[in-house]
Amino acid sequence: MAVPMAHQPKPTLSIGKRFTDNGLLGVLAILIIGLLGYFLVPNNLALLTQIVAIALLVLSIDLVTGYCGVATLGHAALFGAGAYAAGIAAAHFGVTEPLTMTLIGLVGGALAGLVSGLVILRAHGLAQLVLSIAVIHLFHEAANKASGWTGGSDGLSAIMPDPIFGMFEFDLWGRTAYVYALLLLAVVFVALRLLVRSPFGMLARGVREDPIRIAAMGASAHSVVLRMYVISGAVAGIGGALSAISTQVVGLDSLSFTLSAEALVMLVLGGVGSLYGALIGTVVFMLFEDTLSAANPFHWLTIVGALLIAVVLFAPKGLYGTGLAVAGRLKRRPS
Amino acid sequence: MQTVMSIAIDALAYGMVLFVISIGLSVTMGLMRVVNLAHGAFAMIGGYLASYAARDLGLGYAAGVLVAIIGTVIIAVPIERFLYRRIYGAPELTQVLMTIGITFCVIGITNFAFGPTLKTIPLPPSLQGSLDLGFRSIATHRIFAIASGLVVAALLWFLIEKTAFGIKIRAAVDNAAMTAALGVRTEIVYAVSFAVAIGLAALGGVLGAELLPVEPYYALRYMVTFLVVVSVGGAGSIPGALIASLLLGAIDTTGRYLAPEYGEFFFYLAVILIVTLFPRGLAGRLK
Repeated sequence: MAVPMAHQPKPTLSIGKRFTDNGLLGVLAILIIGLLGYFLVPNNLALLTQIVAIALLVLSIDLVTGYCGVATLGHAALFGAGAYAAGIAAAHFGVTEPLTMTLIGLVGGALAGLVSGLVILRAHGLAQLVLSIAVIHLFHEAANKASGWTGGSDGLSAIMPDPIFGMFEFDLWGRTAYVYALLLLAVVFVALRLLVRSPFGMLARGVREDPIRIAAMGASAHSVVLRMYVISGAVAGIGGALSAISTQVVGLDSLSFTLSAEALVMLVLGGVGSLYGALIGTVVFMLFEDTLSAANPFHWLTIVGALLIAVVLFAPKGLYGTGLAVAGRLKRRPS
Repeated sequence: MQTVMSIAIDALAYGMVLFVISIGLSVTMGLMRVVNLAHGAFAMIGGYLASYAARDLGLGYAAGVLVAIIGTVIIAVPIERFLYRRIYGAPELTQVLMTIGITFCVIGITNFAFGPTLKTIPLPPSLQGSLDLGFRSIATHRIFAIASGLVVAALLWFLIEKTAFGIKIRAAVDNAAMTAALGVRTEIVYAVSFAVAIGLAALGGVLGAELLPVEPYYALRYMVTFLVVVSVGGAGSIPGALIASLLLGAIDTTGRYLAPEYGEFFFYLAVILIVTLFPRGLAGRLK
């Protein structure tokens, strides 16, 4: 079916405005905060790299949940598919070039996105939620069973990535991995920023608001969401591949329901329907988790639960959305 | 033959336990349209309370069941009043997040209070042995679970189809706004049904302790299973929930007996097939 919005004239913007709109500020923020992290906690770069990998997963959930309105509790399937695709390529086929591994992860995630999208998008509401849960469990059991390829519950190890461009070796401190992760995140962020502001991104928002009207306009709501699911899978797959490259192992927990649920929590904490919200939620959640869960995992669970309830009751737009609203109110007050 | 019989009995007992726990979820979901992921958490509270009363205080099994049901309802009523009532009619994502939050809190707090170990509920001697049917013997506890499931189904059927309160429930399921306009205090109907549902969840948690062990992550581990039963059966339908529980219990138990190395693979495969073929459940009233 033709997409009628493709022929709309583009609004004319000055180059400077276009750059800020396309997320130049966001990229600068990512790089500056990332480099601050590099110098502030040089001993825990592995954690920061993992935060970036999970941030890619949360961004990918935002694409389908925030922009298309699909509630899913099975999105780690796409992340895990990317991680295993990159890991298997390295461990079984000797593809150890990091950029190639990332690309393989991207393709693996996109394929998993296509498969799970085809299943999940057949239903709505509760049935959709249950399908997404069933999909993540199915992926998990399949990976557990195919232990010849995936290492089963022991995890897939022996992933030895080459130096990037043959020059930057992955060191014990994780410096190379972290810089690579930051650059990857910046590139993905710009691409997503362009995507959600493109006519296609607008169409996806339209599907979230009113699928029937979109269908009446002549676009297929199902195909829009399915395409978004594949793109989302690609993003999550990059995150998975990054996790495989930086930690050099892939475990079954990357395909778990818990990871799916936690990633959704991060997204909601930061703010659904905004790329910044996804990033903020991930960073806040993971830093909190790292400090608190070390003390007692059950206290951590109680706090996450209370936090979730509080967000739902008092800040339904998440940290970013509420922050924007508060900032807007403060700006208006003096005038 | 021996294997077939054991599978059948286990599947029936497992299905009945699933039914007792999930039916409350099904009724509240049909009634309040809340995707309640915290239902398993209430079953878990029931299991912990029963274990505490029966094992640590030595009050016996029957007292344990009573303590579990009453205690869990007492805990749940304020939660309904202050948390659930705010998410009636909210988008699904909001409901999912709120109820996952409640689940996490329950897990954290119960483990803080009772310690992170597996809890057992000692069975009374009358339920410990096995019943000899002549050609083979069946564990008495399994029979007790099956009988309890049947009794619960019959009582619920009577409550919903034959009493004045049941008429109010059915009316509120079909059209809550119209029912309220006719003078029915729907929030009281909601609160009472919620309490009954939670009581049943607690009962199921205790009854099923032999099949679904009461442990710290109980609420998360089985959350999905209960939700799946409701989704397959269709929210708000007693026969639907019964059929779905027995069917899924049979699939899960058979899978575990015949191909244990596949884990829950076949269970979830069946779920995807059924939900895809019957998106509104086997006997759904939802939309």
